[in-house]
Amino acid sequence: MGAFSGLSEKLNHIFSKLKNKGKLTELEVKQAMREVRIALLEADVNLTVVKEFINNVSQKAVGDDILKGLNPTQQVIKVVNEELIRIMGGTHSKINIADKPPTIILMCGLQGSGKTTMCGKLAVMLRKQGKNPLLVACDIYRPAAIKQLQVVGKNANVPVFEKGQINPQKIVKEALKEAEHNGNDVLIVDTAGRLHIDEELMDEIKGLKKSFNPSEILLVVDAMTGQDAVNVASKFNEVMDVTGVVLTKLDGDTRGGAALSIRAVTGKPIKFCGVGEKLSDIEIFYPDRMASRILGMGDVLTLIEKAQAAFSEEEALEMQKKMKNNSFTLEDYLVQMDKMKNMGDMSQMLSMIPGLAGKLNGKNMEVDETKIAKSKAIIQSMTPKERQNPDIIKSSQKKRIAAGSGTTVQDINSLLKQFSQTQEMMQKMTKRGGMRGMRFPF
Amino acid sequence: MGFLEKLIAGLKRTKEAFSKKMYQLFTGRELDDEFYEDLENTLISSDLGVEATEQILEEFKDECYKRKIKKPEDAKQLLKNIMIDAINYDIQEYSYPLVILVAGVNGVGKTTAVGKLAKYFVNKGKSVVVAAADTFRAAASEQLEVWAERAKVRIIKHEEGSDPAAVVFDAIKSVKAKGTDVLLIDTAGRLQNKKNLMNELGKINKVVGREFPECDYRTYIVIDATTGQNALSQVEAFDEIIDMDGIILNKLDGTAKGGVVFAISVEKELPVCFIGVGEGIDDLLEFDAKFFIEELF
Repeated sequence: MGAFSGLSEKLNHIFSKLKNKGKLTELEVKQAMREVRIALLEADVNLTVVKEFINNVSQKAVGDDILKGLNPTQQVIKVVNEELIRIMGGTHSKINIADKPPTIILMCGLQGSGKTTMCGKLAVMLRKQGKNPLLVACDIYRPAAIKQLQVVGKNANVPVFEKGQINPQKIVKEALKEAEHNGNDVLIVDTAGRLHIDEELMDEIKGLKKSFNPSEILLVVDAMTGQDAVNVASKFNEVMDVTGVVLTKLDGDTRGGAALSIRAVTGKPIKFCGVGEKLSDIEIFYPDRMASRILGMGDVLTLIEKAQAAFSEEEALEMQKKMKNNSFTLEDYLVQMDKMKNMGDMSQMLSMIPGLAGKLNGKNMEVDETKIAKSKAIIQSMTPKERQNPDIIKSSQKKRIAAGSGTTVQDINSLLKQFSQTQEMMQKMTKRGGMRGMRFPF
Repeated sequence: MGFLEKLIAGLKRTKEAFSKKMYQLFTGRELDDEFYEDLENTLISSDLGVEATEQILEEFKDECYKRKIKKPEDAKQLLKNIMIDAINYDIQEYSYPLVILVAGVNGVGKTTAVGKLAKYFVNKGKSVVVAAADTFRAAASEQLEVWAERAKVRIIKHEEGSDPAAVVFDAIKSVKAKGTDVLLIDTAGRLQNKKNLMNELGKINKVVGREFPECDYRTYIVIDATTGQNALSQVEAFDEIIDMDGIILNKLDGTAKGGVVFAISVEKELPVCFIGVGEGIDDLLEFDAKFFIEELF
């Protein structure tokens, strides 16, 4: 279950009580706002931000034209939506690239906020955009932090520059030389976690800023942080004048109060968010899409982008043709399963579908990834002939496949049944002519 | 530095933020509606959560009324007592052999806490083994190795990506063979809504129960003091899988107040056992509710 789901659920509940009312009284709106206040506080939204939010919404929502107009509840939700977008910063902001390479990105934040992992994710994202990043290991305090960045770099297939536990100033200086030598156009500098009130360490990172004038100073904040999030962000911003914020662990069931508070208090945009354990699990932060998710209205745009990233256009066309000709085989099924996995966490994707977020509870939405692995093992244990034409799989073949994949005959039966249902569904969909772009068979 | 000095130093920043507010709140004020609203705001801003705040506030109002408390100073003492009651638990003494499983979400400081716990038991004259059952995060076992060296204890580890339950199995075998007093298990960080990872934790838990039924077995969840109301959902999810015995409240040396422990106490009844107040190996202290509150005000 993705971020905001708890908040989503609560807000949905509050507004559903208002629904079906032809008219709203001021008192009803007031009552609803009181509940919204509690929902926001329970989601760790900063108290000051909550107060301002409720004030603004109440003011806009009690005007005559709204209360007596058509469908007042929808109007109130619209006001809430607009206000949510506003406090999260309106439009999304891009990463600053230096006019003259290399671009230096300096990461900072508290201990355990997820800086090192985020460095890797940024590197992967930048590489996809045609950049050639270099990771620079400046966390010289935490045991094995450099090793962690090296492993991350290896997984991301991005070089890591380290000089052991020497002065970070020297490390960055030499990293710049190395970058010039190897043609790296972006330096992502991982630093040690530090408390915003630790003057000595804050001075150290301030020094890095002064010497190297990074184009981007990103503050990494754990999305689960409570009311203190704004203190931390404000203090870092005061010392470093950060250029943006990265929210991590947004894939937990955090209600994301930090997301709603930080921009409002610091005025600095949230640029990216981390949404999973894999290095590809990074998203650009779009305030309007987030607001939409918070209100349980889904986020179709992000979903489509994820699909586009996983499937190329040719693949999509090819698949469409196969569906039309009914030549979709178990082989294709296998490919699709892999692609779907690349798109990220299933339950997260489901929560982006309008109407689903906030209505399903976490247990229903959990997609069992082991089941997918099992299906894969089964298909991989079939002969190419069997994959092309599953009808030839009889009980003796099933026994063989079960032994080969470490499953049971029942598992194989259920997979085959599922597959034939998928085929049927595709037939129906193509006949109806509703197929355009991507569709997912399961 | 002695124990008290360390605690005071560690809590200094926590104290500054909270006690300043409390001081302003209780100085030269009448106990009127405005006062109660300010108090409510202070408690909510300290991450106590809506429910715990309301409960504490209600009790406070009732008692003020019953005892006809008018003076701010008396009211302050009353609030302290109510807050102490909310988080005060009797914690059962340890018996040996002892196994402590340390779990929690990513980045709360589990490995660091295990390192400090190792030192804590070494200081008590116990022999300690740490098990690196975080086989997932890059370089986690190397990090634990450094802590093990600092605390001068033995470490049992496997390769990255291996089965964490197997690490625990081996560690128990080794502890039994050598008659070690304490086994500390470091586990991978997992967000509470990742079902497969949570099930993996259940498996580790089962291994301990099956292979070492005679030990005193405690399960602690590490909570980052800066965490907000999400800590409740963390406790709930971990408790469902492995029946948690207590909390290690970490990173109390920041400006966060760890107010969420009140929310956890009121709604989940789980005691805080240790607090982490710094990055040094001795910066882990036994939790004392009375002292904690006295220091906060």
